[in-house]
Amino acid sequence: MPRITINKDKCKGCLLCVGVCPQGLIVADKELNARGAKPAKFKLDGKCLGCCLCAMICPDCCIEVYK
Amino acid sequence: MTGNEAIAEGAIQAGCTFYAGYPITPQNELTAYMANHMQKSGGVFIQAEAELAAINMVFGAAAAGARAMTSSSSPGISLKQEGISYIAGAELPAVIANVMRGGPGLGNIAPAQSDYFQATRSGGHGDYHCLVLAPASVQESYDLTCLAFTLADKYRSPAIILSDGLLGQMMEPLLVRKEGKIELPAKPWALTGCTGRQANVVKSFYLKEGDLEKLNLKLQKKYKEIQQKEQRWEEFFLTDAKVALVAYGTMARIARSAVKVLREKGKKVGLLRPLTLWPFPKKAFTMPKKKYLVIEMSYGQMLEDVQLALCGKAGVEFLGRSGGGIPSEQEIIVKVNKIYHGKNI
Amino acid sequence: MEKIYSHPRSLRDLSTHYCPGCGHGLAHRLIAEVVDELGIRERVIAIAPVGCAVIAYDYWDFDCSEAAHGRALAVATGIKRVRPQNIVFTYQGDGDLAAIGTTETIHAANRGENVTVFFINNAVYGMTGGQMAPTTLLNQKTSTTPEGRNAQFQGYPLKISEMLALLPGVKYVERVALDSPQDIIKAKKAIKKALVNQMEGVGFSLVEMLSPCPTYWGLSPKASLDWIKNTMVKEFPLGVIK
Repeated sequence: MPRITINKDKCKGCLLCVGVCPQGLIVADKELNARGAKPAKFKLDGKCLGCCLCAMICPDCCIEVYK
Repeated sequence: MTGNEAIAEGAIQAGCTFYAGYPITPQNELTAYMANHMQKSGGVFIQAEAELAAINMVFGAAAAGARAMTSSSSPGISLKQEGISYIAGAELPAVIANVMRGGPGLGNIAPAQSDYFQATRSGGHGDYHCLVLAPASVQESYDLTCLAFTLADKYRSPAIILSDGLLGQMMEPLLVRKEGKIELPAKPWALTGCTGRQANVVKSFYLKEGDLEKLNLKLQKKYKEIQQKEQRWEEFFLTDAKVALVAYGTMARIARSAVKVLREKGKKVGLLRPLTLWPFPKKAFTMPKKKYLVIEMSYGQMLEDVQLALCGKAGVEFLGRSGGGIPSEQEIIVKVNKIYHGKNI
Repeated sequence: MEKIYSHPRSLRDLSTHYCPGCGHGLAHRLIAEVVDELGIRERVIAIAPVGCAVIAYDYWDFDCSEAAHGRALAVATGIKRVRPQNIVFTYQGDGDLAAIGTTETIHAANRGENVTVFFINNAVYGMTGGQMAPTTLLNQKTSTTPEGRNAQFQGYPLKISEMLALLPGVKYVERVALDSPQDIIKAKKAIKKALVNQMEGVGFSLVEMLSPCPTYWGLSPKASLDWIKNTMVKEFPLGVIK
C-alpha cells in the first residue's frame, strides 16, 4: 500500500502538500517541530495512491514516496 | 611593434587563452591585436558590450582555470573596479592592462599617470591589492605582461599592467621569446566539472560569522608575502647620487635623459625607477640619499609612497604635470639645479 | 515497497534558508533532478546570482560560481568559451537578469552564447526586503511601491523573455510556473529541454519560472500559488515563446 514519509523537522510548515493531495491525507500537525513550525503530517489510515503530487510541490524535499 | 601590441603578444606568449576587451583610445591596438592573433593561438577573443562585462567575463574564464586578461584605459578601468574587487575576493588570477590617459572624467586621450592611486590602493571596495607592474618600454610591456601572468597565478591575485597612452602608441623593436608552450600551473580549485572530486565553488561571499574575516586574514598574509618577495626596481647612476629622481613608465624615460645631461655637467644625479608600483619598492629607500625629486604625470600620487618609504629621513621634492601635460627634460633640469644649489648640498 | 520519489543526488540534503513556500526550493530541486536524469552532474558549472539564491552553491552538489549582481551571463560567457565541453547555466532573479544585468543578458543572448539561463521571476527583490522589480505587476504593492506600482512613475512590468526571443542568437525561450504539480511537471520538461539544447550545441536557451514569494507578496504559500495562477499569468502568459 503506497505511503509517504515527511521529514518532520526539515518541514517549514508551508503546507502546500496539504492542498495538492487528491486523497486529503496530509494535515498540519498540531505539535510544533524543531523549527517552531507546524509541519505536515501524513494520515496513515487513508488510501495513498503514490501519485507523488505532494513530493513534487514540496519546496524543501521533505517528502519521500514509497510504492 | 607598439607598446599596446607588445602587451598583447606578451599575454599570448604567456599562455593567455581568453581576452575580453572594449574599444577605448589609446589602447585600441591591443584589442585589435588580440582580435587578430588570439583565435590563431587557440584562445578566445570577445569584444564585450562594456568594460564592465569584459572584466566579469575574465572572472568567469579565470574561474574556469584559463589565463585571462582584459585591457582598457582610465575611464574603462574605473568601470572594472567592482569586477576587480570580486576577482581579488575570489582569489582568481587575472591580468588587467590600463593604458592610462588624462583624467578625471572623460579627460582626453593624451598620456597621464593619474590612476596610480586607483591601481595601487585597490580602486574597488574592500581590503585588497592588485600587483601593479609599470613598463617603461615596448620590450618591458612584453616582459612585464608575461611576469604579470606568472605572479597572478602564483598568488591567485589580479595583476595590473600600468602603461600609458604614449608607451602604448610608441613603436620600438621587440625581442620576442619563443620558449614554446608555457607549462601552466595546476589549478585544482578551478571550475572544470566535479569529475572525481568534491564540487568546487568560486565565490567571494562569506555570510557565516567569522568566515569573511578568515578570508581577509588569508589575503593579508598573501599581501605581506608579496611585499617581502616581489619588490622590483631599477637604479641608474644612483650609487653616488646626491639627488635621486624617482619616476616610472614614460616619466622615467624622460628623467633618465635628464640624468645623462646633468651627469655630463658633473651633477651627481641618479634615477630610481620602480618596476612594481605595488608592492612599492620600499627596500630601495633603506639607505636614503640626500634629496629625492619625484616626477610624475600627475599631481603627486607615487609621491606619497616615496614619502612613506622615507618617513622623513630625506627631503622629497616634487615635479608633476597632468591632464595631458608632461614634465619636460628641461623642466627637470631646471628643478634639479634649483635643488642642487639649495642650502645643504 | 520501493522508494519511487526522493531527494535528487545533485541536491545536498540540507535545510535551505528559503522562506516556507518559496519557489527557489522547487527550482533548485527540479534543476538537480534534471541534472541527475541527464547524468551531467560532473560536467555542470552553475553561476549563482546575487539575490535570495546567492548561496545556491551550498545546495547544489556540483561546480558553482557566484557572479557580481547582474553579471552572471558575462561570467557564464567567460566560463563557457574556455570550457565548451562543460554545461554552464546561470540561475538568476528578475532584478539580477532584467534590471542591473540587462546589458549582460541582452548581449550574451545576442551573441547566442551556448548557455542555459534559469530565470526566477517572483516579481520582487526578495533578499533585500521585497522591493519593486522590473517584473512587478501594475498596482502590486512592494516596499518601494507602497501604493502599488504606478505606470506613470515606475513604468510597466518588463517582458524580458519576449524581448530576448526576438534575437536570432536565442534558440529557446519558455515561461513556466511553479504554482502546481502539473505546472511543475511542465517546468521540469522545459528545464530538461533547455539543458539538452546546450548539450547538443543548439544555443542560448532560457526558462522563465514564475515563482512564489509568500513573504513579500504578503500571502500564504497556498494563496501565493493562486496569485500566480490567477493574476501573474495574465501579465506573464505561460508557454513556449520561442
